[in-house]
Amino acid sequence: MDRSQPQLPNDSERAPAEATARVMPQSPASPAPAFGRQRQERGLGRPMAGARQRRERGVGWVLLGFSAVSIFTTLGIVGVLLYESIWFFQEVNPIRFLTGKTWAPLFQPQHFGVLPLLTGSLLIALGAAAIALPIGLASAIYLAEYAHDRVRSIVKPVLEVLAGIPTVVYGYFALFFVTPLLRRFFPEIDPFNALSASIVMGVMIIPMVSSLSEDALSAVPRALREGAYALGATKFEVATRTVVPAALSGVIASFILAISRAIGETMIVTIAAGAQATLTLNPLRSVQTMTAYIAQVSQGEVPHGTLEYRTIFAVGLTLFAITLIMNLISNRVLAKYREVYE
Amino acid sequence: MSTPAPKGLAREITQFDTRDAARRTIGTVFAVVCFSATVVGIVFLGVLLSDIWKDGAHRLSGTFMSGFPSYLPVRAGIKPALLGSLWTLGLTAVISFPIGVGTAIWLEEYAPDNRFTKFVQTNIANLAGVPSIVYGILGLTVFVRLLNFGNSILAGALTLALLILPVIIISSQEAIKAVPNSISLGAYALGATRWETVRFHVLPQAMPGVLTGTILALSRAIGEAAPMIMIGAAAYIGFSPRGPLDQFTVIPIQIYNWTSMPQVAFHELAAAGSIVLLAALLTLNAAAILLRNKYSRRY
Repeated sequence: MDRSQPQLPNDSERAPAEATARVMPQSPASPAPAFGRQRQERGLGRPMAGARQRRERGVGWVLLGFSAVSIFTTLGIVGVLLYESIWFFQEVNPIRFLTGKTWAPLFQPQHFGVLPLLTGSLLIALGAAAIALPIGLASAIYLAEYAHDRVRSIVKPVLEVLAGIPTVVYGYFALFFVTPLLRRFFPEIDPFNALSASIVMGVMIIPMVSSLSEDALSAVPRALREGAYALGATKFEVATRTVVPAALSGVIASFILAISRAIGETMIVTIAAGAQATLTLNPLRSVQTMTAYIAQVSQGEVPHGTLEYRTIFAVGLTLFAITLIMNLISNRVLAKYREVYE
Repeated sequence: MSTPAPKGLAREITQFDTRDAARRTIGTVFAVVCFSATVVGIVFLGVLLSDIWKDGAHRLSGTFMSGFPSYLPVRAGIKPALLGSLWTLGLTAVISFPIGVGTAIWLEEYAPDNRFTKFVQTNIANLAGVPSIVYGILGLTVFVRLLNFGNSILAGALTLALLILPVIIISSQEAIKAVPNSISLGAYALGATRWETVRFHVLPQAMPGVLTGTILALSRAIGEAAPMIMIGAAAYIGFSPRGPLDQFTVIPIQIYNWTSMPQVAFHELAAAGSIVLLAALLTLNAAAILLRNKYSRRY
């Protein structure tokens, strides 16, 4: 930053140069820290000065070390979850854990059936999806197919603000605004309930659906639209029968990602949905999600190292596995659509 | 359409016109529906912001900003949480920025095109989708217990740094990719080493994009409550944090605690805290947008 940058006039004309990958001539697949030697081989006929060479090699190692942090993070997450879960599953049968219908690890007699937490998470995530998927997709279609550039340049960032609002603030809003509002229509609704959390979480993930779907819709080649118009299709028909089907994998990827995000969300459900692990599909009742349970236990006085304490790792492992699988599917679907149009 | 035509054809034309009119009506309805869907999100945002403002604005005062948490709502303030958030944010930035940018540089400029690199890249994409509470579990086990940092700012900042690392890496990669190839080729042609090229030519060009991405990532960190609950950012902190090993709380946790109290007065404090948090976010985002607009004309 402290050196003047090279000023190259008219860089827009240099576009073709960008097409070539920015890789210096080097032997392929050589590990990072070998740069000094490589430069000698292809170099100017004289080896680099020793200090410079050493610095190059050092920098390569340091950068490689930084990159390793993300790998160690993954190893750390998986290791921690598995290690504590193994202890847990030595005392609790994994089958009983996954199929048990009562979750009461903190009371006597103890029950370790994760189904209530699982259905709690799914109930709220699917409720959120019921709001976010249609609204998000419709917004995406509006932004990609109907909106003028100027409208889009304003609406898109405003929608993205929704994704940036802290989830505690959403939780506050769900508990103190949405729930009282719902009580007018459903007087029997619990003070903490799944519905308010679903609605607010649904709105929170709208931008995720809309902006990812819009990217997919905008990536559909113009020729496809023109072709449909030439056959006499109306704008509605072009949008729903040509553009959306052509971008379907991108749209679906955004759906999966949004639902995965909803399953992993913690604060809205902790604040608004309650702390009762009930096995119910009634959205007016209080439910506890996997995330809310983990947050609840970590706030409590459960002694470290006990079976009760280890439940958070078993539940955490379940949560991690579910979101990871959904993200992997989403990436796979997305990669497929990229192959088609690029 | 109204030219004279044989009888059968005329009927078909009428049918076509009817269907055509129906198709156009459907089209209009659909456009209205899509537009309304877009408006729903914006209206919701408006209602949310005005509700928070209505609930909390009258609680914003000098006492609130400079006071400590209290069982008396009138005297309760957000100072320790505000300072805790600033400490955490600063430390998170210091930890995550070099690691994130370093990883991005390695992936874009150094990494050989092999399976290991591909694995690193996929791994980062997957980490971006891990729920924040899982990072909290990691932070609790590794930083709070294993490394024995306790419920300290350092443990919180390390956890948040890992949480936002994928975001910083991915946005920095985008910024580095956007620097034209000609610049690095030019540097290499003049005999610069790889690091000199990156340090003096690629990175300065990519810096606005890198900083924008980092600021947006930090604005995610400042609003996170779940991992902070996990690592035990405490409910009541009656002192201002002085160093990275102090116990602490952050604004989102303070809001959460006030929300959990039964009295309405505390809910108003939660709303006031939310206003402070949203103002901080607005400032960060404005900075990011300014940076982007100021430098986005290049290339």
